[in-house]
Amino acid sequence: MDSSEIIPKVVRKGISNLLVQDKRLDGRGLTEYRPIKVETGIIDKAAGSALVSLGKTKVLVGVKVETGEPFSDSPDEGALTVNAELLPLASPVFEPGPPDENSIELARIVDRGVRESKAVDLKELCIVHGKKVFVVYIDIYILDHDGNLIDASAIASIAALINSKMSNYTVKKDGELEYTSGTRALPLQNYPIAVTMAKIDGKFIVDPSLEEEKLIDARLTIALDQDGNICAMQKGGIGTFSTADVLEATKIAREKSGELRKIVLGK
Amino acid sequence: MSKTKEKLINKKGLRVDGRKPEELRPIKFEIGLLDKANGSVYMEQGNNKILTAIYGPRELHPRHLALQDRALLRCRYHMAPFSVEERKSPAPSRRKIELSKVIREALEPAVFTELYPRTSIDVFIEVLQSDGGSRCAGMTAASLALADAGIPLRDLVVACAAGKVDGQVVLDLNDAEDKLGEADMPLALFPQSDSVMLLQMDGTLSQEEFEKAFNLAIEGCKRIYGMQKEALKAKYSVKKEDLEDLEGGKEG
Amino acid sequence: MPLLVEKRQLVTPGDLIAEGEYRAGENTYERDGKIYASKIGAFDSRDNTVYVIALKGFYIPETDDLVIGKVIDISLSGWIVDINAPYNAMLFVSEVFERSFNPRKDELSEVFDIGGMLLAKVAAFDRTRDPVLTLRGPGLGKITHGRIVEMTPTKIPRLIGKKGSMIDLVKKGTGCQIVVGKNGLVLIRGKKPEDEASAIKIIRIIEEEAHTSGLTNRIGELIKKLKNEVGISVQDKGKTDQ
Repeated sequence: MDSSEIIPKVVRKGISNLLVQDKRLDGRGLTEYRPIKVETGIIDKAAGSALVSLGKTKVLVGVKVETGEPFSDSPDEGALTVNAELLPLASPVFEPGPPDENSIELARIVDRGVRESKAVDLKELCIVHGKKVFVVYIDIYILDHDGNLIDASAIASIAALINSKMSNYTVKKDGELEYTSGTRALPLQNYPIAVTMAKIDGKFIVDPSLEEEKLIDARLTIALDQDGNICAMQKGGIGTFSTADVLEATKIAREKSGELRKIVLGK
Repeated sequence: MSKTKEKLINKKGLRVDGRKPEELRPIKFEIGLLDKANGSVYMEQGNNKILTAIYGPRELHPRHLALQDRALLRCRYHMAPFSVEERKSPAPSRRKIELSKVIREALEPAVFTELYPRTSIDVFIEVLQSDGGSRCAGMTAASLALADAGIPLRDLVVACAAGKVDGQVVLDLNDAEDKLGEADMPLALFPQSDSVMLLQMDGTLSQEEFEKAFNLAIEGCKRIYGMQKEALKAKYSVKKEDLEDLEGGKEG
Repeated sequence: MPLLVEKRQLVTPGDLIAEGEYRAGENTYERDGKIYASKIGAFDSRDNTVYVIALKGFYIPETDDLVIGKVIDISLSGWIVDINAPYNAMLFVSEVFERSFNPRKDELSEVFDIGGMLLAKVAAFDRTRDPVLTLRGPGLGKITHGRIVEMTPTKIPRLIGKKGSMIDLVKKGTGCQIVVGKNGLVLIRGKKPEDEASAIKIIRIIEEEAHTSGLTNRIGELIKKLKNEVGISVQDKGKTDQ
């Protein structure tokens, strides 16, 4: 374990003292997000891209659209795949190498939100039934880790999808794909937003910072789509939430996801 | 289907992006943009977008890798899947491994590693968007990041490529020129002592062409070196009067 | 033989700063009779020595340095302490127990456990071995309460100020006890959390603007403002009901 993972008892006490007054180390309220900045279109070679800052956390997402084979259980749908890299330059505790369980979990949580909300209308991405479809690659690149990589990655993924452009095309009679002039947006029909929460000293906080993450033993991520449906949930960590906690969490997530969606769509 | 070879240099002697043969692409540096890393630099050179970061000197684990008389300098050159036209797998490739090695060998002589035995200094180069010459840009940015980390250096290392395109010797090849041209030669320089820290070439060059390209690359390096220094000074500019209070602190 | 750079001029690694009869001081090096800067900073000279005041650096321990550290591991010989340096430090058992005493590992953790914070002094350091800490000295030992903030070590002298002028200003203005570790960690102990929060806010501003002029005045103004807003209790009478 890296020494930076050890939280001094003195700091733990300080956090507890502040929580008694519903305050956090960085002066935020319990349900306050850190400042969010969304910049799109930074990588021209990608179909779409977004750089999101959530406090000091920085995540870059690039979207690539290529052709490939459909999944066997959905021959008339395009494919979507999400990959995350916890770059070693983002934190002293990230090591170079293949994705570990944390980066895989991160990718799969974001994937779930995007897929289950049908954010991308995959039926529109079929080229030849059963043979050829468009594959949308979402690559999440963590650049600077200061806590809550999940929400930052989810926001960046949606922003990158919105920013994406694919070439216009026609499908010829023999099934050959021909690109024509001009571009079009991806067929998007929903905008899921993830809200990650944790409990410290019996109080719910949203958007845990890196220091807070070191203290908590469980987090709960809830993603909602624009119609208010819950489209993904993930509990992480070895601690527990009571059943009442979970219900309260859905209320908090509902409120915050609406706020965050305004920020993302406003860009 | 074969196409007639595209002209990379037009009748007016200008290149595909409008540059003259000895012109560099526009370069931009942003220093210290990452919070967790000890030093960081984001660099753009034409369409290249490169993020570099330094961690260290820090304790090295596993211990048996540590060198008793100096810091271990490690380097990772890596490309984002979305950095090129066709999505690239993030897994290590032979090219990435080779480049990590030559970049490390170019940077190491500049660093006073003997001051920090048994530690590691880790250099990370992430190519976010690639358009030819990313290893040179990566090295140039990484050496600035080492300075930003406060690691003592003999000099900044700077790198630039020259080559041959449509029969002409040119400076700073972009991706199209690298792929379709006749030669590409990246070079890294220690400006102070005029020492060559990295030299690679693929393609064909006559002796005369080589000498021309070699000198052009060195000149390109010197120009970029000036930009590195300016960027550092701009980031750390200080009023002279206020420096009195800064004395007395001892650092590594 | 000339100094090639003006005093207090900004230099970058590799810049030639002097030729000939000078000694290479801090953050410089000598090669073939010439002296170059090795870090980014401000050039200065004293007598015959030229040196560079680094603007960016990390902490390298020196004997007698006051440091704030975090216990990260316990071995049979003592505690391993993270002091925000490239090397972890060692606090030997003999610093706390009598020599004849032979403690077991769990007895060691009763004294200082992993995660415990210490105020200590560097007893010895040379680059061939890890730094050694001592707790012998006034005020040294376990830190039981207060807030700890981390600052770039090169800016610590600015936080202290000429003859302690800046840090005294912050202490008086917030009513907090403040201990500044040479390794960039600062311990703040106030009567109320609000006082500590104000002190932290001020320290962050000092760090942010360390290299600008007129900082002492601005900090003085800020402290006045904060006193009015938050009602910092410097005197015995508190201003507002918190």
